[in-house]
Amino acid sequence: MSRRVLPGLPLTLGITLLYVSIIVLLPLGALVFKAASLGFYDYWRIVSSPRAVASYRVTVLAALAATAFNLVFGFALAWVLVRYRFPGRRLLDAIVDLPFALPTAVAGIALTALFAPNGWFGMLLAPLGISVAYTITGIMVAMCFTSLPFIVRSVQPVLEDLDTALEEAAQTLGARDGTIFRQVMLPLLTPALLAGVSLAFARSLGEFGAIIFIAGNQPFETEITSLLVFIRLEEFDYPAAAAIASVMLIIAIVMLAVINILQARSLRYMARAR
Amino acid sequence: MSGPGRRVPLTGDNPAFRRALIGFVLVVSAIVIVAPLVAIFAQAFSLGVDVFAKTVGDPDTQHAILLTVVTALIVVPVNTVFGLAAAWAITKFDFPGRRFLLVLIEIPFSISPIVAGVAYLFVYGLQGLLGPTLQDAEIKVIFALPGIVLASMFVTAPFVARELIPLMQAQGRDLEEAATSLGAGGWRTFLSVTVPNVRWALLYGVVLCNARVMGEFGAVSIVSGSIRGQTNTLPLHVELLYHDYNTVGAFAAASVLTVVAIVTLVAKLLIERRGAGRSPQAVSPADQPALIKRAA
Repeated sequence: MSRRVLPGLPLTLGITLLYVSIIVLLPLGALVFKAASLGFYDYWRIVSSPRAVASYRVTVLAALAATAFNLVFGFALAWVLVRYRFPGRRLLDAIVDLPFALPTAVAGIALTALFAPNGWFGMLLAPLGISVAYTITGIMVAMCFTSLPFIVRSVQPVLEDLDTALEEAAQTLGARDGTIFRQVMLPLLTPALLAGVSLAFARSLGEFGAIIFIAGNQPFETEITSLLVFIRLEEFDYPAAAAIASVMLIIAIVMLAVINILQARSLRYMARAR
Repeated sequence: MSGPGRRVPLTGDNPAFRRALIGFVLVVSAIVIVAPLVAIFAQAFSLGVDVFAKTVGDPDTQHAILLTVVTALIVVPVNTVFGLAAAWAITKFDFPGRRFLLVLIEIPFSISPIVAGVAYLFVYGLQGLLGPTLQDAEIKVIFALPGIVLASMFVTAPFVARELIPLMQAQGRDLEEAATSLGAGGWRTFLSVTVPNVRWALLYGVVLCNARVMGEFGAVSIVSGSIRGQTNTLPLHVELLYHDYNTVGAFAAASVLTVVAIVTLVAKLLIERRGAGRSPQAVSPADQPALIKRAA
């Protein structure tokens, strides 16, 4: 490399590495160390205890349902924002980010107020025999709210960049809308959808603030894993908190790897679509 | 680009389908996004403006607001400096492990705030790695301001860096190289060439970082201890009032945070209009690699 080298590498890289080490790696290392010091037998006993397993089940099921809902609704929202012009479109585009800007605890009490039996939506649903607040459905609703922007914002730029010539070519060849959507557009959008889905799912697995208000927090029924960690801490059961938190950490890292792979694929598709 | 006024109808441009889909999206958005927003203010003012003013003016609420602002005033500048340094190092130089460093910076984004809080407890808490040493030195980190600040730093560490890196990557190094070859020093180049070019992305990162710091709940609730009038940030105060069955108070405090959120969204809109262009990767890093690859 004969290019001129800019100044500042030692300083900026030094700050970056120091900060990442102290702020990110040190605490995560301490958590792993604490969990590892339990020994395999104790560790396994804690993370496979019936209450912990029930919390994984509740968390994963609610996160899957919320992600499935957001896949459909988020995709529809991105589609409407990119493809159609209608009054209020810009406002809608702006408020899609509200779940990111609004503190999770605020979202939690707001959703609880809406879906509690005496709330605006709760009152409408109660006669139908549907209760949302204090059930797993409530957990799902909270997850839907907090993870919605991920899918919209992953799909939106790809949809904007999609070459309409492909659709026109398909039309010329006599394909109908449904066929064009399935055979031409969906394959190009799938990587972005998958990336959005994995981001939303990862966020839902780790969500805490929005959920604890609307979930009933009953062990085995409506207790999410992050709440169980919190409860173990309040009971001063630090080994259990460390072990269960480490399970969440491992899953988060697996999700991070999946997201990175999907994004790399998404980018290859985008490059090919251009 | 698909746009308005096209002659050829595109997929899904059938009027009935179009109307139905817009209707569906608007109705669900009203239920999922708008209704919670309205509910917060409706509840906060449900007993009148006086009760609202009384709750917000309550000393504990005032202290919570102050603590939240102080935390943001420490965390946001630190993470801004970190974001600038990380972006400069990653985008202006080639060194082995660049991609890996990028992933490390993004880690806090995918980790549950609860896991972050627990992790900090195992460093600075009494049962943590440094806990006994800190206790001997009589330094209080956990259940005190330093713990709140550190946990907030973890949660928002990627925010500024994530805005800057794709943009600086796309802008390349030519301008900076030209400036230094004309004799400008490193700082001069940074301040008069780089910063003006990324100012909107920088501002956007700062605004997002601030919103998240002020709203952080899970991580802070573990390390702060939520001591009323002492280590209770505003989101924690919302929870406390809520569990005290002071619903109106909780929503009054929440409405203050909601105003911060709305200001954040408005700022985002203005920044985007300022020629920073759409910046969807700001909220999802989905196309970050695309920009990086395009620049490479």
